[in-house]
Amino acid sequence: MVDVTPADAVPPAEVGEVELYHPHSWWTKYVFSQDAKVIAVQYSATATAIGLVALVLSWLMRLQLGFPGTFDFITPEAYYQFITMHGMIMVIYLLTALFLGGFGNYLIPLMVGARDMVFPYVNMLSYWVYLLAVLVLVSSFFAPGGPTGAGWTLYPPQAIMTGTPGGQDWGIILMLSSLILFIIGFTMGGLNYVVTVLQGRTRGMTLMRLPLTVWGIFTATVMALLAFPALFVACVMMLLDRVLGTSFFMPAIVEMGTQLQHNGGSPILFQHLFWFFGHPEVYIVALPAFGIVSDLISTHARKNIFGYRMMVWAIIAIGALSFVVWAHHMYVSGMHPYFGFFFATTTLIIAVPTAIKVYNWVLTLWRGDIHLTIPMLFALAFIVTFVNGGLTGLFLGNVVVDVPLSDTMFVVAHFHMVMGVAPILVIFGAIYHWYPKVTGRMLDETLGKFHFWVTFLGAYLIFFPMHYLGLMGIPRRYAELTDMTIMTESAHHLNSFISIMAFIVGFAQMVFLFNLIWSIRHGREAGGNPWRATTLEWQTPETPPAHGNFGKELPIVYRWAYDYSVPGAKEDFIPQNVPGDFAPSREPA
Amino acid sequence: MAVVLVLVLIVVGSVLFHLLSPWWWTPIASNWDYIDNTIIISFWITGIVFAAVVLFMAYCVFRFRHREGNRAVYEPENKRLESWLMIVTAVGVTALLVPGLFVWSRFVTVPSDATEVEVVAQQWQWSFRLPGKDGKLGTSDTRDVTADNPLGVAPKDPNGQDDVLVEAADLHLPIGKPIKVLLRSIDVLHDFYIPEFRAKMDMIPGSVTYFWFTPTRTGTFQVLCAELCGQGHPLMHGVVVVDTEQDYLAWLGQQQTFAQLSAPQQSGSANQPPGKIIASNLGVAANSKLSRSAQ
Repeated sequence: MVDVTPADAVPPAEVGEVELYHPHSWWTKYVFSQDAKVIAVQYSATATAIGLVALVLSWLMRLQLGFPGTFDFITPEAYYQFITMHGMIMVIYLLTALFLGGFGNYLIPLMVGARDMVFPYVNMLSYWVYLLAVLVLVSSFFAPGGPTGAGWTLYPPQAIMTGTPGGQDWGIILMLSSLILFIIGFTMGGLNYVVTVLQGRTRGMTLMRLPLTVWGIFTATVMALLAFPALFVACVMMLLDRVLGTSFFMPAIVEMGTQLQHNGGSPILFQHLFWFFGHPEVYIVALPAFGIVSDLISTHARKNIFGYRMMVWAIIAIGALSFVVWAHHMYVSGMHPYFGFFFATTTLIIAVPTAIKVYNWVLTLWRGDIHLTIPMLFALAFIVTFVNGGLTGLFLGNVVVDVPLSDTMFVVAHFHMVMGVAPILVIFGAIYHWYPKVTGRMLDETLGKFHFWVTFLGAYLIFFPMHYLGLMGIPRRYAELTDMTIMTESAHHLNSFISIMAFIVGFAQMVFLFNLIWSIRHGREAGGNPWRATTLEWQTPETPPAHGNFGKELPIVYRWAYDYSVPGAKEDFIPQNVPGDFAPSREPA
Repeated sequence: MAVVLVLVLIVVGSVLFHLLSPWWWTPIASNWDYIDNTIIISFWITGIVFAAVVLFMAYCVFRFRHREGNRAVYEPENKRLESWLMIVTAVGVTALLVPGLFVWSRFVTVPSDATEVEVVAQQWQWSFRLPGKDGKLGTSDTRDVTADNPLGVAPKDPNGQDDVLVEAADLHLPIGKPIKVLLRSIDVLHDFYIPEFRAKMDMIPGSVTYFWFTPTRTGTFQVLCAELCGQGHPLMHGVVVVDTEQDYLAWLGQQQTFAQLSAPQQSGSANQPPGKIIASNLGVAANSKLSRSAQ
């Protein structure tokens, strides 16, 4: 049972009007803009552009794996550069930037009822530093020796040695510099998102009335602010090892018969720092996706999200637990074997709050009124791929099962399913959902359906069979799969099939891009609230929302974000800023 | 409707793929069938959960898809249901974790009668060292690595003199005896992995790592490097042959000890470091002096 809250219970917290910076020219309005919505579009466009580079890189590596020896230009050196840049771009420069910089900037102020982020100028700087980080990253493609080929994990010692592409050239230096810039830029944005959620909420918007999208992005940002410093120091230390010859991560080494001048450093220290960042990073990508997909499911099933309070606590629990599981990436790293007991236990415990989220999504569908719109289709596809990828995580998290599977294609399939495919399906669903708010027009539905089916089924056909290659023992990060006794002829055929699917799925994204651009002018007029949704961003006086978001008066919030199909109400949704007691409001207190 | 059909097909297809596809693990050749059994348990539990969730979703879409006049039920919470689901999940997770940790405790507990065998990795080849008659391996240090002493065995350590060295050649092991593999690298991270043995472990320059196993069938097995170690990584293959006791002793008799190999007449024939050979095939400038070594 839940408590009954009178609809007029507005907390007294008075939010003062913020003096906004008003742009005076085209430059300050669209380029050096301090409006979070413009910054969001800038972030999203930049992330998409660099993401396309990573998509092309994935094609190149699939060419090599699917049709070994056919393409002479893909040397082992080039192959390792492709996988490294593909991984780093997708995880950091696409997913992190798009979820936090893109969706965070657009949705946080609108959803909490603020006129803008609390520090608009710093917010603008955040984007420009991010852009600089991307440019430094891209420059490594043109530097002597090319980009680094150390793998996205950048494990020393090989990352800064001759046997690795870019190790003794510019590649690794530019990579580390770019990461340092990214973290600086992110910190500026991240502080903004946190403070805006905590301090910028409109009257009546209590924490337990926030849409789960905001909860997801907020928690992910707090985690990122705590996790990125570990990567930051690791990058600085490796840069010192590489440029000044220090030995943070470098023990005594004989390379190709030559004794190096390093001594006494610890390669495994880097791994601890990297994964102390790297594991929370998985959830930095996943939590915004969790939040967004909750809102997509609720809106398009016309039903309140099931177990809202549990969902919030699950987000927080996952966020907290994800800081004590990092060494499950290191079960076979040579760390003390007894750590395995601890980290396997914490890792499997995290499955409980995660499973609760899955149950609550499907229980929201139960007895709903499911509109199979494109955002809903993507949300359903997300659940399938996320459950699949999450369950294989129980294999890899269970220390002894990880021993044979670690560093094989099973791992590649697992993390692509769970933190590649699943969050990206949410991103697509979210774009179809919020595009009408950003542009005032709907995306084309026929193209959207085509995009959905090819992407979902294609991605599943790529990554589901790939697990079984890993089960056979095929290692990951092999530029050549020749002369291996365990690699059967049929496994090579499977690889070719996966590569062909990768091309098909990739091309479907071109259809999506076309839809994005075409619909800006030719899409159907959306109106202010095409999905009949409750949250504040759909209640703005103008669409797209003007600078300052809400016109003269900020909205006042009277209810939680999930008053769909309230018994007795005329419509099947009641926006958060509508006062009045339509029925016993049964929102959780 | 297409959605419902596809969701059901995904479950049926995935299960059929699992049962019928030709891609499965290699026949096991060590005592770690415990690990295989844990994987089987994991497949059962996770497979049931996957099928249940996706089929339930398919049912919901079928039963509660939008039709004219439909209205969703307003139900914010259901404490009892949520508690039950949490308990069931916790039980499932425990059923995975307990056998997993039980097998892990075996994996990390090396039997006292295990024979030590050292594997030394470098870009991009494997070498091996076996204890001599004294049953002890001599100490080693990366700083002792020279062209004549490629494994860095301490030249003064009496325990090391009778160690048997197998440089860039096949390792033989006797069947049925527990082996503790000591893992060492002289340059970057590597990982000693034989799919048929199921076990693997990284090797870290500056440390000695280990795992243990008992070979359970004779045969020739390929060693793969499972930790990215530079551009020669996919070519870093080796061979381990599991022999009967008799064949093993015959092979052992033909090997040379550290003392024999470092005797004066041998030093002239010191080969080029193996990495350079692969490196030049790969087009790496292996000779480019590192800027750091000049400082």
